[in-house]
Amino acid sequence: MSLGVSLVGVGVRALMCAAPALAQPGEAGAAAAPGPQIDAGSTAWMLTSSALVLLMVPGLALFYAGMVRRKNVLTTMMHSFVAMGVVGVQWILFGYCLAFGKSQGGLIGWDPALLALNGLDHTKMFADKGVPELVFVMFQGKFAIITPALIAGAVAERIKFSSYLWFILIWTTFVYCPLAHWVWADGGWLFKLGVLDFAGGTVVHISAGFSALVLALLIGKRKDLEGNSVILPHNLTLTLLGAGLLWFGWFGFNAGSAVAADKPVAGAVAGLAFTTTQSAAAAAALVWMLLEWRHHGKPTSLGLASGIVAGLVAITPAAGHVHPMHALIFGALASIVCYWAVQLKGKFGYDDSLDAFGVHGVGGLLGALLTGVFCFTPERGLIYGNVGQLGKQALGSFAAVAFALLGTLLIAWVIRAANGLRVSDAHERDGLDITIHGERGYHMES
Amino acid sequence: MTHRADLIMKLIHAIIRPERLEAVQRELRAVLDEQDNYRITVSPVRGHGAQRGEMEYVRGQAVQPPMVERTQVMIAVNDQYAEPAVQAIMKGARTGTVGDGKIFVQPLEDCIKIRTGDRGSAAI
Repeated sequence: MSLGVSLVGVGVRALMCAAPALAQPGEAGAAAAPGPQIDAGSTAWMLTSSALVLLMVPGLALFYAGMVRRKNVLTTMMHSFVAMGVVGVQWILFGYCLAFGKSQGGLIGWDPALLALNGLDHTKMFADKGVPELVFVMFQGKFAIITPALIAGAVAERIKFSSYLWFILIWTTFVYCPLAHWVWADGGWLFKLGVLDFAGGTVVHISAGFSALVLALLIGKRKDLEGNSVILPHNLTLTLLGAGLLWFGWFGFNAGSAVAADKPVAGAVAGLAFTTTQSAAAAAALVWMLLEWRHHGKPTSLGLASGIVAGLVAITPAAGHVHPMHALIFGALASIVCYWAVQLKGKFGYDDSLDAFGVHGVGGLLGALLTGVFCFTPERGLIYGNVGQLGKQALGSFAAVAFALLGTLLIAWVIRAANGLRVSDAHERDGLDITIHGERGYHMES
Repeated sequence: MTHRADLIMKLIHAIIRPERLEAVQRELRAVLDEQDNYRITVSPVRGHGAQRGEMEYVRGQAVQPPMVERTQVMIAVNDQYAEPAVQAIMKGARTGTVGDGKIFVQPLEDCIKIRTGDRGSAAI
């Protein structure tokens, strides 16, 4: 079975150090012949991966929902679920066109035939990958959906729902789509520079995490944090279930990012990404738990869940580029650094409610840089004596951080002026579920 | 409707540790149950006495909840059973450490059995 090559053009470079492996005898010829021949195994894995990534959205909803108070459980879950609606439509109408249409100077994609996927024949193959382009559209669309939903964690329990809808629509269009183009489209300027981002360390986690920080700063603290009030997670069992679903879906996120091509090496890359994903998440879960145990004398379940996510975030840009042994280091460092990072909000006084910046921003940045240290395929990193790759990773990270910060600042300013960002104090006090959505998450007595 | 003065009733509210509920029920059964399954109402409650909640840890931050979780037991008894019931609750609920809870006893004006309309001591 010949499966996946890493995302878009990364796979093309992966070919240069191709190792013969795993190709079924009958497919050897097909691998050599370029052209629009469909590869059943690759297509099946991409369809599966696309569905797996979508499962991360309810996973994220549960992960976040458990950490808020019960009066805000539904609005918090809606932040994830509604992205499936808003970005799901945006992506078909023009999102895919902007991210993966014909490159306009490496900055943005554009191709009128891709608007509403109108001119995209369902039999058309994506580049040389042996997978129908529609499958690639769907796979990428799930990434676009979950990325803005990550940001919601920073503004949970106080953001106005209508403003949130405007924000994710505009942010996906003007921040996510260009960034995805820069890094993943084969005409994108960061891609051409050789910046490695296997499955979204810069495009997804740095962009979401740093945007989350900007929003948290602009929107201000939750009122209930003032004085000596205490905010406790209302149901950590939901959070643990969510973390489990995220881990499961992340195999599609990372191993699916070895976008299928009719090349033997790609199957190996998917397997590599799968293994490093598992290794990093496991190591991070363990390290966060032990760290907290040592620090506070208690091994907490939220710590274990946080470690899982931190490890998954950090390995994302590196999944198909590093050895499993090094993935363990990614995971361990992710937990140490993110554990420190989530304490920052207490010191600096901003309210990143559910640590979207502390985990995704910081973990994503760490992973993007470590990729330049440990990568061995298709480029070699610092530990193999190549300083240049680390420089490229730093440049890519810096570009993503700067673009996300500025873009989000601008978008949030406009939305704040036009519609306001926060709910009223009374709505915040009574909870957003009943005041905005007219529902309560729990009627246990009925 | 008035009742005979020697048949006054008592309403007992006890706030106990949730994990002591089974022990309390066992003790109550020993003094109240006369082969007719004694009556009890149990509900989860939150609050605080001199103490606050037990320390919790949220992503590396120690947080002390203002309230503790307790279980409230409500039983209504005829007067002669009140003291044995109080003793039974104390026996079942006591651990000897801070936070064992409290028992409130108050006179009960009336008691109505909804199905039959029986009132007073007979309804208990």
